Amino acid sequence: MLFDQPAGLNAIDRETIVGKDISRIDGPMKVSGKARYAYERQEAGPDVAYAYVVPAAIAKGEIVSINLDDARGTPGFLGAVTHENAGALGKGEYNFARLLAGPVVDHYHQAVAVIVALTFEQAREAAGRVAIRYKASEGSYDLERAYKNRDGKPGKLQDDPADTAVGDFEHAFEQAAVKVDETYTTPAQAHAMMEPHATLARWDGDKLTLWTAAQMVDWHRTDLAKTLGVEKDKIRLISNFVGGGFGGKLFLRADALLAALAARQVGRPVKLALARPVIFNNTTHRSQTIQRVRLAAGVEGSIVAISHEGWSGNVGGGRSEGEVAQTRLLYAGANRATQSRLATLDLPEANSMRAPGEAPGMMALEIAMDELAGKLNLDPVELRLRNDVLHDPEHPERPFSSRQLKACLQTGAQAFGWSQRKPEPRATRDGDKLIGYGVASAFRNHVAMPSGARVRLTQDGGVVVETDMTDIGTGSYTIIAQTAAETMGVELSRVSVRLGDSDFPVSCGSGGQFGAANSTSGVYAACMALRSKIAARLGIPGDDVEFRDGRAVSGDKSFAITQAAADGELVAQDSVAYGKLSKAYQLSTFGAHFVEVSVDAYTAEIRVRRMLAVCSSGRILNPRTARSQVIGAMTMGIGAALVEELRLDKQRGFFVNHDLAGYEVPVHADVPHLDVIFLDEPDPIASVMKAKGVGELGLSGAAAAISNAVYNATGVRVRDYPVTLDKLLDRMPTAT
Amino acid sequence: MKPFQYKRARSVEEALDLAARSPASKFVAGGTNLLDLMKLEAETPDMLIDVNAVGLDRIEDTPEGGLRIGTGVSNTELAAHPRVRRDYPVLTRAIVAGASAQLRNMATTGGNLLQRTRCPYFYDGNQPCNKRKPGSGCSALSGDSRQLAIIGASDKCIATYPGDMAVALRVLDATIEIRSAQIKRDTPIADFHKLPGDTPEVETDVRRGELITAVTLPRPLGGKQFYRKVRDRASYAFALVSIAAVLGEDGSGRFAVGGIAPKPWRSDGADAVLRNGAVAAAQSLLSGATPTQDNAFKLTLVERTLDAVLHTARG
Repeated sequence: MLFDQPAGLNAIDRETIVGKDISRIDGPMKVSGKARYAYERQEAGPDVAYAYVVPAAIAKGEIVSINLDDARGTPGFLGAVTHENAGALGKGEYNFARLLAGPVVDHYHQAVAVIVALTFEQAREAAGRVAIRYKASEGSYDLERAYKNRDGKPGKLQDDPADTAVGDFEHAFEQAAVKVDETYTTPAQAHAMMEPHATLARWDGDKLTLWTAAQMVDWHRTDLAKTLGVEKDKIRLISNFVGGGFGGKLFLRADALLAALAARQVGRPVKLALARPVIFNNTTHRSQTIQRVRLAAGVEGSIVAISHEGWSGNVGGGRSEGEVAQTRLLYAGANRATQSRLATLDLPEANSMRAPGEAPGMMALEIAMDELAGKLNLDPVELRLRNDVLHDPEHPERPFSSRQLKACLQTGAQAFGWSQRKPEPRATRDGDKLIGYGVASAFRNHVAMPSGARVRLTQDGGVVVETDMTDIGTGSYTIIAQTAAETMGVELSRVSVRLGDSDFPVSCGSGGQFGAANSTSGVYAACMALRSKIAARLGIPGDDVEFRDGRAVSGDKSFAITQAAADGELVAQDSVAYGKLSKAYQLSTFGAHFVEVSVDAYTAEIRVRRMLAVCSSGRILNPRTARSQVIGAMTMGIGAALVEELRLDKQRGFFVNHDLAGYEVPVHADVPHLDVIFLDEPDPIASVMKAKGVGELGLSGAAAAISNAVYNATGVRVRDYPVTLDKLLDRMPTAT
Repeated sequence: MKPFQYKRARSVEEALDLAARSPASKFVAGGTNLLDLMKLEAETPDMLIDVNAVGLDRIEDTPEGGLRIGTGVSNTELAAHPRVRRDYPVLTRAIVAGASAQLRNMATTGGNLLQRTRCPYFYDGNQPCNKRKPGSGCSALSGDSRQLAIIGASDKCIATYPGDMAVALRVLDATIEIRSAQIKRDTPIADFHKLPGDTPEVETDVRRGELITAVTLPRPLGGKQFYRKVRDRASYAFALVSIAAVLGEDGSGRFAVGGIAPKPWRSDGADAVLRNGAVAAAQSLLSGATPTQDNAFKLTLVERTLDAVLHTARG
């Protein structure tokens, strides 16, 4: 199905099942332990062996020697893989740093060896007995130094140009009445998902089966084939359940590659999970950023000049974080410029983490907007309303497919009680707590991705959906079942959904908030193909056949669809592909965050009291799973605002707080009442489902709203995230 | 993790006897800290002697009107004990401010006292650390030190004692009972944790083969009792600064500070000027502090947190 015209009235518009608040259909399996994650898989049988990774002890240099003698002498030792015996390895398309070091070490905790033994404990012990000698060399770890020295090259996230310019920014900025010119920093962040990267690998002859934790089944499979130098069709990859990813499992990682190599080495199935203290430096992270934002406006509050210069760091060949992307699209302004620069650093690889680009970019831009509102003496909601724009600001001929930023801000202000906010800082107090309100826009692009599925009508009238789409805790199983039930006109209980298997048609996968809208569109396409087959089999061809209540109805003819499968099941496969609509229109999602914080007048401890997000993301396929996505993202926004930071040792070149005690994410006590309002307006240009992404929108802007609330409470502006009490203390007013 | 033997002792005597015969052994109760360190090979005992069943799980009144707490009493039990809640509320408050409910169920009074530092370099086997490998150097001095000590440290180690319970015990002037196969001795809490000096690997007064068997609290002090713990996130984090205080109506009293030193930090001089307010008391307590750029904010934070406690006491 080619989607190149806006969607007309279709089966989904009935909204008898799609759009309903339905708890996740895989929930009972998860709470009863029947949903098996990669490391819990039992398929490999009793001869499964266990592998443990030995990570590099230096950040940059060379391996001089690897001595396995002591490891070999430990009980249960079965084998080891290092660069010396791994054979030639290619490199995947999506990972930049190599997944096995040697002889060169590219970053701290890069895998140097993997040890295999009969039990997990034996493998871990043997790994501790591997003696490695290194020759360390000087590395470059400091983004701030690169920024000061202008030591960077043009940086790209996707196809965005590194530099953009419209009008004459410098001149307009120079001439403007009111200006903001500030530099903001965001720290490196970790995905810190619950389930560690884990894989079970089994070879049968030259065929490899992998049970792993992958957001993108086909990317993992393709890159593993490239890295191992085997044909892709020799690899089957299964990822039925994923315990969180946030982008950390988008791409092939060391667990999958090393489990495959180890299993080949020892001739038996191998299980491998990355130990938590290794994950933070071994895998990927979100880059630190340094961002200079310049805004200029006329006295009435119309932006006349807007510029965003962003710096991030990565390994050689890596991508930019993309933190300037939203500034090209979010606000009006005739004179605009963005610059993206990338420093080459010898740190672990930086790569996608939830809302790459927009998450840190909005952390900076939306503080700058708050600062501009302050200088204009204008309510920050009003400033955003005045600078709303319904077309791509760089290309006036190119409209947004839908843009409800204004409605989000107005709805949120009303629901939150924004009018209670006192514009001057430090004006509201509750006992020993200073109270502040903050607002920020939310913005995240919607991505149109091809996605395929296969649908079967079984002889007993059941509908089975098969696609390599993954469910990373998001609710994919449920919304896909809803889509199939709605399209086929059967009850939800008649649909079974099979996901995360490379034997199934390639889907969009889970990432970039593109999963829900695109995967269900692919399922819709396959269901429509199946409907044609059913109609043909029943002798009622034509486009006016209606599928409802388990029946196909055309005029006065009505058949149970089971009849079509009486002689054997019917199978249809299709995928959605996208045409020029996403070129002619800008596809984006919008929202607004409202926050109330308290700041202790004595200690400057910051606690969020309540948060509201209003989201405009097209049709909401399931308000319960969508809400869970948004409140999860808001929670991540609390983390980004207040606690999350990979603390860098600039001398030794590694992230120091590399476990969950050191890398703090919000705990329950940090997360207050969270509210979400969906505008829920179908967007027929974005997808055949009229849905867009929502999972990352809830993060983009959330941290800035918190930061702005802290300013409103204290009068102290912190431009370096996370906003921790030490950055406030010296500028706090006296407590009493 | 290195393989180890596991033995479950049935009495204190048996535990001490096993320890005397196995010089590389360690006692284990809740194991909430030790097992983590063994996985990282920061601790490598060849034997664990389980002391959960040796009968140290009682809380008893002392003839002097105080309380004798067996070191096997869990953190949860101790915090919930009626006499502790009534007569030593600072101790209850300190305990429940620490860790998580699950950890407090496992952790014991003795284990809590003996928990080791949380310096990230101590936890990373690849980095120099004088505590893990004496003589190898201190990475934290030139590295990330936001959580670490501002006073009482040395040029060999700037790790902080991370616990909460001991800060309350320090302000209550608890005594620790220590036994070996030969003798029984008492150490005041003030001397129980050691400053790093040139031997940061020695963290407490407990010597090889010794078992701490009880913590004794003197008669209740009365007064208002406070435990104020300041941290970035609201729960399940170590203190940036914590203050245990016992205060009279006039603002006089005593206080100990956690999160800033290799041991709970208290001084008679600072207690003596407490009635003059937070600035005077904090200055007295922190004289001679040697913070790093990362953690100099703790100087201000101690003062402001103490101010908050004094304000609440007056309130």
